[in-house]
Amino acid sequence: MGKLFAVVLTIIALVSAYPIVVHKYVQPVDISTHGHAIDEQLSDTMAEAGFAFLGAQLLLAFFVWKFSNRKDGSKVTHLPGGAKLMVATAFILVGTEVLALGVLGQKAWADVYFTAPKPDAMQVQVQAGQFAFYFRYPGADGKFAPLHPDKIDEGNGNYFGLDPANDVEARDDIVTAELAIPINREIHLLMHAKDVGHSFYVRELRIQQDFVPGLDLSLHFTATKTGKYEIVCTQLCGLGHYNMKAYLNVLAQEDFDKWLKEKASEQ
Amino acid sequence: MEEASVQPAHVHAPPEGFLRKHVFSLDHKVIAKQYYGLALVAVFMGMALSWLMRFHLVWPTAKVPGLDILSSAGAPGGIITPEYYLSLLTMHGTLMVFFVLTNAPFAGFGNYFLPIQIGAEDMAFPRFNMMSFWTTLVAFFVLVLAFFIPDGPPTSGWTAYAPLSAVGKDAGPGLGWGQSLWAISIAVFCIGQLLGSLNFIATTLDLRAKGMTFMRMPICTWAWFITSCIGLLAFAVLLPACLLLLLDRMAGTSFFIPSGLVISDRLQNHAGGSPLLWQHLFWFFGHPEVYIAILPAVGIVSHVLITSMRKPMLSAKVLIYSMMSIGFLSWMVWGHHMFVSGMNPFSSLLFSFPTLTITIPATIITLIWLGSLYGANIQITSASLFALGFISMFVSGGVSGFFLAQPSIDIYLHATYFVVGHFHMVMGVAAIFGIFSGTYFWFPKMSGRMMNETLGKLHFWITFVGTYCIFMPFHYLGLVGNIRRYSSFVNDFMAPLMPLHKFISIAAFITGAAQFIFLYNLIHSRFRGKPAPDNPWNATSLEWSIPSPPPWDNFGGKHPVIYHDPYQYGVKGSKGDFVMQDSPEQLTSG
Repeated sequence: MGKLFAVVLTIIALVSAYPIVVHKYVQPVDISTHGHAIDEQLSDTMAEAGFAFLGAQLLLAFFVWKFSNRKDGSKVTHLPGGAKLMVATAFILVGTEVLALGVLGQKAWADVYFTAPKPDAMQVQVQAGQFAFYFRYPGADGKFAPLHPDKIDEGNGNYFGLDPANDVEARDDIVTAELAIPINREIHLLMHAKDVGHSFYVRELRIQQDFVPGLDLSLHFTATKTGKYEIVCTQLCGLGHYNMKAYLNVLAQEDFDKWLKEKASEQ
Repeated sequence: MEEASVQPAHVHAPPEGFLRKHVFSLDHKVIAKQYYGLALVAVFMGMALSWLMRFHLVWPTAKVPGLDILSSAGAPGGIITPEYYLSLLTMHGTLMVFFVLTNAPFAGFGNYFLPIQIGAEDMAFPRFNMMSFWTTLVAFFVLVLAFFIPDGPPTSGWTAYAPLSAVGKDAGPGLGWGQSLWAISIAVFCIGQLLGSLNFIATTLDLRAKGMTFMRMPICTWAWFITSCIGLLAFAVLLPACLLLLLDRMAGTSFFIPSGLVISDRLQNHAGGSPLLWQHLFWFFGHPEVYIAILPAVGIVSHVLITSMRKPMLSAKVLIYSMMSIGFLSWMVWGHHMFVSGMNPFSSLLFSFPTLTITIPATIITLIWLGSLYGANIQITSASLFALGFISMFVSGGVSGFFLAQPSIDIYLHATYFVVGHFHMVMGVAAIFGIFSGTYFWFPKMSGRMMNETLGKLHFWITFVGTYCIFMPFHYLGLVGNIRRYSSFVNDFMAPLMPLHKFISIAAFITGAAQFIFLYNLIHSRFRGKPAPDNPWNATSLEWSIPSPPPWDNFGGKHPVIYHDPYQYGVKGSKGDFVMQDSPEQLTSG
């Protein structure tokens, strides 16, 4: 039965690796300037993890094939090199490979988190609430008006809690249910949670960031391909969590200008 | 690390009367079986909940007959609502992590075999021991009660992130009394675990028999000892965290709730709290908890493997030091659950390196297992099959950790099914394989009867192939970006993944059904199994030197004296290729 184990395990290992090798299930095409670093890191890690996975499973299968239920009288033997060899292998192979991955990976992380947005990045505010995203553009004055949680009135379309009667800056703020952005322009997304924790995830942008109530978090990215992409919530936020989504609409600059003008007139 | 105490620290009278013998027992062996029984009830409940989830995900409009009787609001007409799906998810996670993965391998097997393996007649504090079980049972009932209250069971996941879990019923169904019961249950559970951990530590330090030096303790005894040290610190943090959560919910405090939150159109009357505080406290417990689940399994599997291989590990010492390193590093990595939480990105780097470093001791352990198999004479039994299956799962679940340990990749994979696949394999399935392996191995000792090997092997084959069919595809889903904790997949990009989801669900139904073979085998063998000899596997450690099942005081009033390291296999002994730990005979190489 040891041989059966070896055969079954070998089949499992190869079948498990197959969809990865043929790229059957992969991330969508990257549309960001930073995403390629993440993708490279992912594929390097896949190669190393795949090597470790197949290596260990096949070795396990081989040893069980060879060393199970041996005939009576066969003496047990020990691996030459013993535990020292194993410890050295682990330190050298895993230590260097994994730590190298860690060091290389910092670059991809730094692209997203350690570089500040450029001063001319376009600021958009996104608010997450049960169970919708809303976006706010600062309007002609380039300024976001302050938020007043007590003024939130979703029934009347005041999702952010703006007070245009008293705040001059609020009068030209543009609130939308879709995140339209111009292509090849850096976006500085200011994140605000209205109620509980949520998250902002666009697969194609290789961006994921939680909204944390009480914390002013921000993200910055540049989209390089026009098109519509889904923004989804990835932090459990209540019964409508699965249905909390919006669209990211990457437009050519002139289309974006037109869109923003239209939205401004609808306010 | 010197000579241990000669006399047991206490002696208690043999139990009399049904209640003292079988219910409110002070005997560590009875308490262990009670823990195991509780875990068994919890695991079948947890599995039933996972069936319901898998059913709902692929047939969202199909009726589950009878479910409306359990919850008319959660499943009107038998159709699961989105909020009830979240309840199933929360209860599944909580039952499995706390009441199965913590209870069975650590509190269950540890309670039974730690005292015996060190030559003690009971735990250091038998009354504490009884109290830890009954406290845990209360925690279980409080949690299950949530199914039967009008509010419905909690919906915030087993991680109970604030402020969703802290603001009360305004935030949605299940977040009223259901969530409070969850927090009470976990707080009570923590008390039970703290008492248990203290007891394990005191027992290991004080009650070792003559000659039982630290390095002569079997690997699983070491694993339970290390786990109890981790548990003592981890549950000591989760307990106050749950109390603070309850205060936020019931006393109007704001530990985890900031100002200005508008929930259900109501401005919440809270200010000054931090949701990240909950995450830090929770994961400070939550990550070590992974090792609380897996280290006992590592110990059990090593113990079983050595006996099955008929030779010692390449180095038990290296294995034990690796487990210690994992235990130590487990305190420095909790932040890897929070890479995208908004904590300082520099902290992410700091948390990433120890996480990657844990791979080194984990790899050493795996290589020691593999290297030890070389040249062995592996006896294939249900116990050793599950032990070998464990190694396979430990590797599969481990390598996906490479990905998630790196913040840059976690940006893409966080909160996807990749994570679900990862932790189910390494923490769920692997630990459960450890439990199965331990059960098939120790059942003869615990019950005095053998389990049916044919059924055991059948159980193994379906479970081994089945769990791979369920959890390996989770990784593929994650690579495409399939989000976890969704009650249905309404997004455009998830629709093409439905065939894979169907495959997973069907695999889950079949694999789950195979667990009834195990249950049947367990119950049938308990009453009808072949009587077990004292040492059916020709093993060396102390539990095999006493009758099956052991007498109430384990060693029949004798004080065992230890002469050897725990694993003297491949030698010439009077009984075969092994020499028992308490046998005074001289070792000669086989």
